[in-house]
Amino acid sequence: MALKVLSIVESAYRATIEEQDDTILWTSTALKGAGADIDVLLRGNAVNYGVKGQDASGLQFGAKKQTHPPELEVDLQRLMDQGAKVFVTTDDVAERGLERTDLIRGLEPVSRSGIAKLCADYDQIWHW
Amino acid sequence: MSDKKTITFALMDPPYENARSTTALRLINIAAERGYNVNVFAYEGAVGLPFTKQSPHANAVHGHDVDEEDHPLPHEWIDAIAKTADANGGTLDWINCGLCVDERGVHEALDFVRRGSPADLWKWAESSDNTLVIPTK
Amino acid sequence: MASYLLIESRDPFDSNDVASFYELAAGLVHEGNEVTVFLVQNGVFPARPSAKSEPLTNLARIGAEVVADDFSLRERGIKPERLAEGIGTSALDTVIDHLANGSKVIWH
Repeated sequence: MALKVLSIVESAYRATIEEQDDTILWTSTALKGAGADIDVLLRGNAVNYGVKGQDASGLQFGAKKQTHPPELEVDLQRLMDQGAKVFVTTDDVAERGLERTDLIRGLEPVSRSGIAKLCADYDQIWHW
Repeated sequence: MSDKKTITFALMDPPYENARSTTALRLINIAAERGYNVNVFAYEGAVGLPFTKQSPHANAVHGHDVDEEDHPLPHEWIDAIAKTADANGGTLDWINCGLCVDERGVHEALDFVRRGSPADLWKWAESSDNTLVIPTK
Repeated sequence: MASYLLIESRDPFDSNDVASFYELAAGLVHEGNEVTVFLVQNGVFPARPSAKSEPLTNLARIGAEVVADDFSLRERGIKPERLAEGIGTSALDTVIDHLANGSKVIWH
């Protein structure tokens, strides 16, 4: 049977400006596009990746402007458009003062206590 | 049934920044000593681990010259692990993420290190007995 | 049910996320899985008895095996004969054993 992986993204906004994306969302999208059976769980601060209206534009050092800042909510949408499920940990959302309506559509809610059950659906869990 | 296993590791941390890179090499070394086939996909800062331009230095605070300080160079540790793997009938196959190498400029790597992409990680994951991702923070 | 190895490299004095990882371990035990929690690097700090040790002792009480990397303990001067209740010691080889045996191995 084909390998099925759950990628857990917890670390957030780590070098996203320099990389112009979150490198794990990027990798997951690349793998999904190449046919991998991979879904993503956002937990901890990474639940903020689902927030609408993030804007990292405008960074400039001397004459050097950043022309393509990260667009994390767009990247999440792209990942979902590729067919990946993107789960978001509801307890972590609430703890950070967020409501469901603050987040982009399509994210599948899972409680922190539900993650153990979710793990059973996957052959491997890659925690980034 | 053969005892030889194939294990894949995905690493992210650069050398000299935190304990994870050392623990990762400890794990890889154990697998090499067992004669396993070990795959390492080095992502982001981890592409700096096999960089051959690392060089040792003296340490005035320790009161050591270069030789006395014998400063660890991760690329030498990795080279030694590769030899261990070979001596025990196993392999160490190391791929550096190419884009990560480009942006960091760490092109000079041990001669057995190859350039690749996340697709290589997935191929390895599919064909290995197991995969361990050691994330950065 | 499956075998899980949860490797905790971070410590609760430094990171709030560690509590969530311990909770995941408990959840996996409650789901009927075989769970080992392997503490490594600064993750061994709560193995020295303190208020932060209790979640690990509780994990052991509900059936998880909780062990600390012997090298990490020695590196920090934590005596193996003075660990919090329920916490044992182990060599890092345990991680390779679990990988070789097909456990689901998660590093935090």
